[in-house]
Amino acid sequence: MVLLTRKIEFSASHLYHNPNLSAEENRRLFGKCNNPHGHGHNYTLEVTVAGEPDPVTGMVLDLKELKEILEREVMQRMDHRHLNYEVPELAGQIPTCENIARLIWQLLEPRITQGKLHRVRLYESPDLFADCYGNGASAAAN
Amino acid sequence: MKNDLLHVELGRRYKFAASHRLHTPRLSEEENYRVFGKCNNPHGHGHNYVLEISVSGKIDPATGMIANLADLDAFVERHVLEEFDHHSLNDDVTAFHDAVPTTENLCIEIFRRLQKFPHAKLERVRIQETGNNSFEYAGSTEGNHL
Repeated sequence: MVLLTRKIEFSASHLYHNPNLSAEENRRLFGKCNNPHGHGHNYTLEVTVAGEPDPVTGMVLDLKELKEILEREVMQRMDHRHLNYEVPELAGQIPTCENIARLIWQLLEPRITQGKLHRVRLYESPDLFADCYGNGASAAAN
Repeated sequence: MKNDLLHVELGRRYKFAASHRLHTPRLSEEENYRVFGKCNNPHGHGHNYVLEISVSGKIDPATGMIANLADLDAFVERHVLEEFDHHSLNDDVTAFHDAVPTTENLCIEIFRRLQKFPHAKLERVRIQETGNNSFEYAGSTEGNHL
């Protein structure tokens, strides 16, 4: 099995606020991420696909096709958007790195038909990221 | 795929600067120098270490988080960075009074400390000693000599 990773970057804004909690509780839990008008990040997304290279093309999957899938499913949805207001799939969720990584997995997994989605890693900054794997998998299996 | 079938991990990176000397009293002076080379120089040397940790658990629907970053940062600060940052690993960290402070052993020691984080499961510790060398430890029942 070979792992192939493609990286893309997008910029988006968000804020953390749970309407079921008081203003004080929101402030305590989320700190400056709760500032009312939001803030933004340059996100880096690494998508890893696992598979056997095709004997004819030598490819696990066509990178052009992966690029198009990422453009359609991630860039058009999230790049230069406000994640709280413009991404309906995140409605009712706090747009943390964990939740965004999980949504990206759910968006990509059914679209990748050559090879199998192995890992979605989303960096909110170089010091904070989330990894999403299918059931039972983890980086230990890398 | 349903949410509960997915495994999500939160990764966080910290930095600390520390000195060390690779030396073991189990070997002669010549053997130490042969094995450890310039890392055996008598007064030690230092690195800017990058510590990357991953924790897993359920995403709390109220916060969207596996673990609150403030809790995780405070735990790492208290149990690792306070004792390691701007210190001599050989002299200031009890575990390295006996064990050689290689980055392999450093991974194991930090894993042992962070495993006690109460709000999520520690999956892995990865340490970059320099931009060219990195080490990972995901816990094991064998080979842990610290």
